[in-house]
Amino acid sequence: MLTLAHFLTLGAVLFCIGVAGIFLNRKNVLILLMCIELMLLAVNMNFVAFSRFLDNYDGQVFVFFILTVAAAEAAIGLAILVVLFRNRGSIDVEDLADLKG
Amino acid sequence: MPIIEIIFYLFSAVLIGSALSVVTVGNPVYAALFLVLSFFSAACIWLLLQAEFLAIVLVLVYVGAVMVLFLFVVMMLDVSAVRPRGGFAAYLPVGLLVMLIMAVQMFLVIWTRGLETQPMPEPRPVGYSHTSEIGRLLYTDYLYAFEIAAVILLVAIIAAIALTHRRRPGTKAQDPGQQVKVRREERVRLVKMSADGEEN
Repeated sequence: MLTLAHFLTLGAVLFCIGVAGIFLNRKNVLILLMCIELMLLAVNMNFVAFSRFLDNYDGQVFVFFILTVAAAEAAIGLAILVVLFRNRGSIDVEDLADLKG
Repeated sequence: MPIIEIIFYLFSAVLIGSALSVVTVGNPVYAALFLVLSFFSAACIWLLLQAEFLAIVLVLVYVGAVMVLFLFVVMMLDVSAVRPRGGFAAYLPVGLLVMLIMAVQMFLVIWTRGLETQPMPEPRPVGYSHTSEIGRLLYTDYLYAFEIAAVILLVAIIAAIALTHRRRPGTKAQDPGQQVKVRREERVRLVKMSADGEEN
């Protein structure tokens, strides 16, 4: 029998994978952005599961707004990435250490 | 085992496998394609949860727009300029440690609260529209939030254009600001001439 815990577990696993990806991919800002998308997907999974099991559509409306904000975040993040690459010729996180004292 | 559980475990396996590939594969093009696969599997699981509208939106907006944008950027950025990854092995232990601790904490919360005994509610009768239910909420209770979301998207459009817009030197274009600022004295020269055309 599928229960709420199954879907929440799936969301938790996805979120942990996203967090681990941020630790592992320190060379590439692009993959960092993809890991953030994965974490947002995990959160949305929880919202949709709660919406179904509590029989309440507010959760789905929240997923709608999260998708909106995530799309805006991806667009601006990628624009910043393009400008960064144009100025530096690199998208390595470790090259972004200008503020280090 | 009922068919719905088989579908859930199948798509969950695909989802987790492709998510793991996103974080481990290294090549941004492959990572973007695996992310497409994971979004698609997630959309299928949302269909199981009767969120049809959101599943379709996830495929259309994410797979159709955001991931294509990612792929465009990957191609603009010249992947060969991305240095071969180092530090993967160096960060692996701490990454796995954080991941395991977080996972254990979340499982403790999820599996000890009685959530695992809550069965799925009965599905709505055939012909019931979940989409119109979302639309009703969106245009009544969440109307202001909906408008703010529209403004956020507008700001994102303007910000993305303003950030990446580049003015190349040497292109010929009109600058209305400069045109408006022109004064009569800079453009018009009155000369006195005699009737036979000799300037005096």
